[in-house]
Amino acid sequence: MSSAPRTLFDKLWDAHVVVPESDTAPAVLYIDLHLIHEVTSPQAFTELASRGISPRRPDRTKATMDHSTPTLPAGPDGKLPYYTAAAEKQVETLERNCARYGIELFDMGSDHRGIVHVIAPEQGFTQPGMTIVCGDSHTSTHGAFGALAFGIGTSEVGHVLATQCLLQRKPKTMSITVDGPLAPGVGAKDVVLHIIGIIGVNGGTGHVLEFRGSTIAAMDMEQRMTLCNMSIEAGARAGMVAPDQVTFDYVAATPRGPKGESFEAAVAYWKTLASEPGARFDSEVVINAGDIRPTLTWGTHPGTAIAVDAPIPAANDAAAQKGLDYMRFGAGDTLEGKAVDVVFVGSCTNGRLRDMREVAQVLAGRRIAQGVRMLVVPGSEIVKRQAEAEGIDQIVRAAGAEWREPGCSMCIAMNGDLVAPGQLAVSTSNRNFEGRQGPGSRTLLASPLTAAWAAVQGKVGDVRDFFDAAAHKDVA
Amino acid sequence: MGGFTSLTSRSVVLRQTNIDTDQIIPARFLSTTERAGLGKHAFNDWRWQAEGVPNPEFPFNQPHNADRAILLAGRNFGCGSSREHAPWALTDLGLRAVVSSEIADIFRNNSLKNGLVPIVLAEADVQALMERPDDALTVDVAARELRTPDGRVYPFPLDAFAQTCLIEGVDEMGYLLARQPEIERYESTLHAR
Ligand code: SF4
Repeated sequence: MSSAPRTLFDKLWDAHVVVPESDTAPAVLYIDLHLIHEVTSPQAFTELASRGISPRRPDRTKATMDHSTPTLPAGPDGKLPYYTAAAEKQVETLERNCARYGIELFDMGSDHRGIVHVIAPEQGFTQPGMTIVCGDSHTSTHGAFGALAFGIGTSEVGHVLATQCLLQRKPKTMSITVDGPLAPGVGAKDVVLHIIGIIGVNGGTGHVLEFRGSTIAAMDMEQRMTLCNMSIEAGARAGMVAPDQVTFDYVAATPRGPKGESFEAAVAYWKTLASEPGARFDSEVVINAGDIRPTLTWGTHPGTAIAVDAPIPAANDAAAQKGLDYMRFGAGDTLEGKAVDVVFVGSCTNGRLRDMREVAQVLAGRRIAQGVRMLVVPGSEIVKRQAEAEGIDQIVRAAGAEWREPGCSMCIAMNGDLVAPGQLAVSTSNRNFEGRQGPGSRTLLASPLTAAWAAVQGKVGDVRDFFDAAAHKDVA
Repeated sequence: MGGFTSLTSRSVVLRQTNIDTDQIIPARFLSTTERAGLGKHAFNDWRWQAEGVPNPEFPFNQPHNADRAILLAGRNFGCGSSREHAPWALTDLGLRAVVSSEIADIFRNNSLKNGLVPIVLAEADVQALMERPDDALTVDVAARELRTPDGRVYPFPLDAFAQTCLIEGVDEMGYLLARQPEIERYESTLHAR
């Protein structure tokens, strides 16, 4: 270990190397927490079974079901309305695998179930200093706690089940510093869309991002999770934020995080993790928070992010033109004013309590516009219960929107929650790829505030107008 | 895997940049507990029209592209979801190599585990290759280079371990299982943190 100042990433990497990397072989890296779900795990369990081996550390493995699961409650016959028999079989396969190997599973009956990247932090499984993997690219979410967390493929899910380790080459590091206060109506989602708009959908390839600066320090954990969640949309391996008092307080309040003396000891260790002054990153980006306006995407990848009132740029290549054609937009149009068919609030990006509260703030005392379909899908059973305790479900329903059961829902459209062909959706999820929300669906990625405001207006609007109006009312 | 020393084939061209794994295989085909048979859904929404009729414009539907094992793709191929179903679908379609000026990290990892060689070349070189898809290209894994029939040679980066895995068929899970003593030693230090 060198005495040069180290970054947060360097410290986490060094602390988890079981066998160092060499010219001929990648490092063997230890994984503290392995999260699994129904879609990317079955073939990994099949591989283990074919070798006659069992998971090495079922105690470090946590399972949930979220992608293929219905967001409508059980029918009168008590049966859950699975979209397809294959979806139900996937869920049953996970139940069987977890029962067989003694892996803790948050199943459909559990009141702690939800989207994998919502429940692991909520339970306190996600902690600073950990390595965390899941067969899911948005595992980057957990980096918000100062963990090294990244998505893996199904073969690697098998590797981690079998050995609790992965073969990894050390990635590069990139620091992204955001300084200054955010305007009212501008939040973490706008920040991360703005960043991806600048560095590009491949700007982070091969890198682990560290988000730093006063804007990030002022964010709560839910906002930091939104930020890190979308690191993968810039192509990054992972995104992270140094743990601080905000992080420690969050973990302290979780049911399954460390308690008492072990919590104190953990905090003492977590306090040593932040990047040291003078630590070197392979590249550095600096962003002024004052430049960030409510931001949405106009095209078919998350790098097409622009401010709500900015003109859609002219296509500079065939791919951009294809994106414009698919979205049926013209260069020079603004997103502000585009008529909206569907509004989706939810996902591992924006399906937490803060997001539900922001939506309620906009919907309270209002109705969504005629012809708009709005789905509000809490990210977990806990989020759902907390929101309901605050009456958020009532506000959502009174506004004419649907309040659903937790799950991935329209983010990935595997469970029957679909945007119809040609419809324009404003979505708080993370991917606007062609057909992501259903074949032919057209998606604008946005913050929960912008999404709710679009539902009320029936078209995309500048949510700062909502805050201006609210401020003027206060004065009057 | 294993036994992949070299391959000679003509290419299929997809010029589009940022082809994400949702395009390579849409999510609605992930409700499977198997690996096999995903080739028919590869590029599903570009390849098949609504009625299940092939889109004649799409390269993989054109008869002269049948049996081609190399894909030349626009920059940043394989971005987005970590689904290993993407390389499963592509290899089921008969592909053994993808050439692009940038290949997304997780997709690249997943490809190597499935005998699909990710080849990153300079953008200008990829563009030049795209002009001549009917040239039989040789992907030489042992030499880490791609060669054209007229004698151009394009070296490509390939991790030494990945190269050994492709050629000798190193079983990565077996390799990790053999590290058990080191893993146990590491685990015994964990409570100290
Ligand atoms: S909410 Fe969307 S992005 Fe998040 S885990 Fe589910 S499908 Fe993936």
